[in-house]
Amino acid sequence: MSSFDHNPIVEMRNIEKHFGPVIALNGVSFDIRPGECHCLLGDNGAGKSTFIKTMAGVHKPTRGEILFEGRQMSFDSPRDAMEAGIATVYQDLAMIPLMSVTRNFWMGREPVKRFGPFKFMDFKTANDVTMEEMRKMGINLRSPDQAVGTLSGGERQTVAIARAVHFGAKVLILDEPTSALGVRQTANVLSTIDKVRKSGIGIVFITHNVRHALAVGDRFTVLNRGKTLGTAQRGQITPEELQDLMAGGQEMVALEGSLGGTV
Amino acid sequence: MSSTRATVDERIKETSKLRKALIRPELGAIVGTVAVFAFFIAFAGDSGMFNAQGVLNWSTVSAQFVIIAVGACMLMIAGEFDLSVGSMIGFAGMSIAIISVTLGWPVWLAILLTFALCIAVGALNGFIVVRTGLPSFIVSLAFLFILRGFTIFFPQLIERRTIIGGISERAEGDWLAPVFGGKVGGPIFDWMASQGLIAVFERGTRAGEPIVNGIPMLIIWALGLMILAHVVLTRTQFGNWIFAAGGDAQAARYVGVPVNRVKILMFMFTAFCACVFATCQVMEFGSAGADRGLLKEFEAIIAVVIGGALLTGGYGSVIGAALGALIFGVVQQGLFFAGVESSLFRVFLGVILLFAVILNTYIRRIITGER
Repeated sequence: MSSFDHNPIVEMRNIEKHFGPVIALNGVSFDIRPGECHCLLGDNGAGKSTFIKTMAGVHKPTRGEILFEGRQMSFDSPRDAMEAGIATVYQDLAMIPLMSVTRNFWMGREPVKRFGPFKFMDFKTANDVTMEEMRKMGINLRSPDQAVGTLSGGERQTVAIARAVHFGAKVLILDEPTSALGVRQTANVLSTIDKVRKSGIGIVFITHNVRHALAVGDRFTVLNRGKTLGTAQRGQITPEELQDLMAGGQEMVALEGSLGGTV
Repeated sequence: MSSTRATVDERIKETSKLRKALIRPELGAIVGTVAVFAFFIAFAGDSGMFNAQGVLNWSTVSAQFVIIAVGACMLMIAGEFDLSVGSMIGFAGMSIAIISVTLGWPVWLAILLTFALCIAVGALNGFIVVRTGLPSFIVSLAFLFILRGFTIFFPQLIERRTIIGGISERAEGDWLAPVFGGKVGGPIFDWMASQGLIAVFERGTRAGEPIVNGIPMLIIWALGLMILAHVVLTRTQFGNWIFAAGGDAQAARYVGVPVNRVKILMFMFTAFCACVFATCQVMEFGSAGADRGLLKEFEAIIAVVIGGALLTGGYGSVIGAALGALIFGVVQQGLFFAGVESSLFRVFLGVILLFAVILNTYIRRIITGER
């Protein structure tokens, strides 16, 4: 794979995060290279969210170091991380349903044109670019004025991904993008992930669905109770092994027996 | 692939032009405005409501509503309320009166200091809301009482009364006072009177002068604030941030929108509008009363809701809010012209508010696709 020829864009070493007496992360190591999709798996409460929020600049790690393109970094805010090129698409907070696709797409970075001392938002450029970027992702919008609320869940995720790509993300963190979607929508989002990866962006794909992870992932890291259980490459691990790692092994074996191995 | 699916999706019905027109925040207010005018032309058309004096009468009242509705509208779209607007009007008026009449300072200084004071209170209001995360409903309710209390307390303490007059005399020759209390377009009205287009006084000291001799600055302020707010909201980057802050503050923060700053600025703008209202009123009456501006905050909010804004924020229109204010002004004065008991105005308010909220909820469902 080409992704292993490159150095990591972001490397997180032995990250610990404590919230008062609670140890949310207890030494997590993780790295992401250009053009790869690195899946971060774990059951609810494993620390996935805390970990990606640390990467995205929302939380500061209690201990451990973050290297961005080989240099040590400390992000003070999500804005800092974004400027560096780490974009995050959150599960439900990606879009504002009442606002148009264009307004959402450019939110926070609106294109501006000047009229003397006045600055106005350049809606023509904004609309054209939005339509074009969405077309690249395989979605033909009826109109850029369309409210995001009229889009399906998968399309909303795609707008958010297209936005991050357009603004030059080097690393794209996707927080459970497929968890609330139907089969078809999920397939669309997974194929979008594939497209984005091929353009050389590193993707961190958070999920607790092993099948979704295996569909697009190059590497798989499993978190359990705030610790990394290990990282496996594609082809080195079976779905069953991944599932077991995520759920903490023992109980799952018993459960699976009673459910006929379908989980 | 998805591209073919997105172009022709057999499950999405062709949206009709009418339905598309429905998805505009102003729609209800436009229909309401037309209905209200039609009604009063039919029932009060010959009462003098639509001659120059009558028009000036209801447009002045409407302009008052517009000024506070514009502020309330921007704030509501940013996701917050300000219930202290009415008290702020009383407070600002009293502040101008005390500084200019009691302290004897120049009127322009009184106006500028009052604006600074009111905007500071607005900022404090906003700061408390964003810092504590409390609903602005509660925080501004507290300010409703705090400001009203001071508005009664200070004149009582200093002058032993709750109305302070004599501002007109103090304002004479002042450079700033006419910006709020003056009139513009006098020569145009003189010309119209000479052409017989508008009525002139028949008798008295002003015989021969036109009955309407200019447009009050109040109306100019209303139009100016409305245009300014509309352009900022729909055409600028900051406008996009206002929608974003009210639509989903957290999502907006994640993409770097300075939500807290936007909200605090909108509280300050609302305070500014209240202060404009108060200054115009004080200049017109020549006095300040401790009871001025009672219930204005609710009237502003109702006008905004009639204008199609959602109480939950993130959606609305300044033009709609201004039309809502126009409906108010026309109905309030029209009932008088039509010879209807004026207390029915409140009944009207309640009924129209209910209809507007129901309509808005329906429109919201269309936009967001909720069932």
